[in-house]
Amino acid sequence: MGHGPLTSRFVRAALASSAVVAVAACSAPGGSSGTDNANASAAPVTSATCGTEPITLKGYFETGFPLPKELSTEFSKQFPNVKFDIREDQFAVITQNAPRVLADDPPDLMRLPQVSELVKDGLLKNLDGYAQVFGWDKWPASQLEQMRVSSTGERGDGPLYAMGLNFSMTGVFYNKKLAAQAGMTSPPATLAEFDTVLQKAKDAGITPINQFNGGATGGLAFPLQNLMSVYGEPGPINEWIYQKSGATIDTPSNLKAVQHLEKWIKAGYLAPDINSQDYATMMSRFIGGKNLFIFDGDWESGNLDKQMAGNVGFFLMPPLESGGKRAAMSAPLTYGISSKAKNADCAAFFLNWVAIDQKAREIAVKVGGSHPMGPADAYMPPVQQGTVTASTLAAGADIAKDNGAMDFIANATGAIYAKSWTPQLQKLAAGQQTPDALLESVQKDYESQVKK
Amino acid sequence: MRKRAWLGWLFAVPALVMYATFVLRPLLLTVQYSFYDWNGIGASTWVGLGNYRRLFTDSELFASILHAFELILFFSLIPVLLGLFVAATIRGIAQSRLATVARTVLFLPQVIPLVAAGIMWSWLLSSTGLANELLSAVGLDSLTRAWLGDFGTALPAVGVIGAWVLVGLCTLLLLAGMSKIDPALYEAARLDGAGPVREFASITLPSLRQEIGVCVTVTVIAALASFDIVYIATQGGPGNSTMVPGLEIYYLAFSEREVGMASALAVALVVLVLACVLPVQRLTRDGSR
Repeated sequence: MGHGPLTSRFVRAALASSAVVAVAACSAPGGSSGTDNANASAAPVTSATCGTEPITLKGYFETGFPLPKELSTEFSKQFPNVKFDIREDQFAVITQNAPRVLADDPPDLMRLPQVSELVKDGLLKNLDGYAQVFGWDKWPASQLEQMRVSSTGERGDGPLYAMGLNFSMTGVFYNKKLAAQAGMTSPPATLAEFDTVLQKAKDAGITPINQFNGGATGGLAFPLQNLMSVYGEPGPINEWIYQKSGATIDTPSNLKAVQHLEKWIKAGYLAPDINSQDYATMMSRFIGGKNLFIFDGDWESGNLDKQMAGNVGFFLMPPLESGGKRAAMSAPLTYGISSKAKNADCAAFFLNWVAIDQKAREIAVKVGGSHPMGPADAYMPPVQQGTVTASTLAAGADIAKDNGAMDFIANATGAIYAKSWTPQLQKLAAGQQTPDALLESVQKDYESQVKK
Repeated sequence: MRKRAWLGWLFAVPALVMYATFVLRPLLLTVQYSFYDWNGIGASTWVGLGNYRRLFTDSELFASILHAFELILFFSLIPVLLGLFVAATIRGIAQSRLATVARTVLFLPQVIPLVAAGIMWSWLLSSTGLANELLSAVGLDSLTRAWLGDFGTALPAVGVIGAWVLVGLCTLLLLAGMSKIDPALYEAARLDGAGPVREFASITLPSLRQEIGVCVTVTVIAALASFDIVYIATQGGPGNSTMVPGLEIYYLAFSEREVGMASALAVALVVLVLACVLPVQRLTRDGSR
């Protein structure tokens, strides 16, 4: 009595498996060293073109963002010998696949997540040689800073491992009609004024802020980082994101920022169900006129100009005191070349073309909604006045003046967003976490992730 | 005779090769990876039982296992109890057309892909969804909330989705079992003066022992190894309140890139599933002989 067939089968299987494991364990998984190319200096490049022979660039792009596809179509028009073989996935999928795809099925051009871990594994091509040939090193340094990775894995300086198709700008979008109802005649000039508008909106029965914060995407990180830059400087925040040694997010000024965000939550300035909303829900509610503010980026400018024509405005997060310096999350739309890519030269030529070709720059603004990469004095396509695209582009100039560009706190490590910021901010939104414990916990996760 | 036996194996070779390549090999590699610290690409370091030790010290990983046990309540207990009740009811009206309709409707969730079910339910349970509209309609506005975004209700809400999916499966299995019961038994019981409740307790329930065993086994595995419903509905949020081992494995392997730790958790999950399921198998088999 007792041993059913399943039991004895399990015992046999277990015995068999342990035997095979003993054999298989002889060789450890993974390459002996993945860092063949990682820290090697870039091979000297004398020229990089697509030649005249037929050539097919293998691209791995992000679904839902038409910019790279439109650029590649235009490129093929100008250089008929170049064709594109494009695969598309959602960004979350690209993030998960990036290491494997770069290693096993190397694309010539690929939309990249946070690069530092990919560089550590030697999966990305060092672009310094191209930077010299094409003169990228003469562009405003801040444009390329986020894509530089040093030999110790810190970002911010060192060789260049990726390139942007344009660079985005984030801030506060508002519904003009609802703003008028709440008595907001011009964008707030200080944080205190912003708080007043939020209260007025609430009193008028309008949901002041709606922000996605559900699932694995904690969108409260947007207002939080804006508040961090109001109470502190963007420099130390960037150092933390770049994994500079000794950097910490658990600072007194950041604590004030989290406390301010908590004050907003407790005052009811945020929609009560943010913890169940994804990005798409936030967008559709904002476009549907259900709330006054969202914290978002200029990649939506084109879309909002179309769907809320004339009814949408944008401002940068106001500083503590009127006229103070402003800061914003601003990051290049990162594309890289696999270290094993077959057509690296042509891919680099394409990336350079995107930044300098007049038509390409027009596409970058019109389709992408963001500022093109390239020299400071490069051609800027005209934008219709009064559109939100015009506002976000102008805001870019303000941020450049105040030297206030920051990378996104979600980009500090590969897992910090999904595994630390998101659950912590969801707890904060539900009143289950205190501001100081939030920062302490994120810093602890960060340290254990950076060590690896 | 011996030769014939070998010939038999030959026919099984294609299937065995597939099984070995796509089931056994990954299984064994997972066990092997669990002893390493490896990011999936670069060099790996042997850490022995280090990953397993972390399973018991990392409160977040441990919490995910507790959540899985909480889900058993929704994935197993409710579907089996409800399935028994529904199957008995359907059997009672077996002659009417309603029985066929009820069977089809109840089994429908099994046909719908889990991802679609998850999306549908996340609409129903959203702050503006049908669930809240119904509550408002009957004057229970104070209860309305974003069910999947609330710390207190997210895990039960996910459980309800699982229960909805599995009730049909259990009902159908139990119904099939009931049709095998000799009608003479019921007749005899009725002659002895037994009511419907007594019939159910003394005849139906004992005769269904094996079927209940299958239901419990399948649903307990579904609860402990749940992934798709949780991934679609909440992705583990809010604040890890619906994090389950299946999802944690996925995050560890693909977002934190800790393939070794993910493998260790996967092996632990297999052991856990077997530890829960084998006693059920034993209990329900013995009685039938």
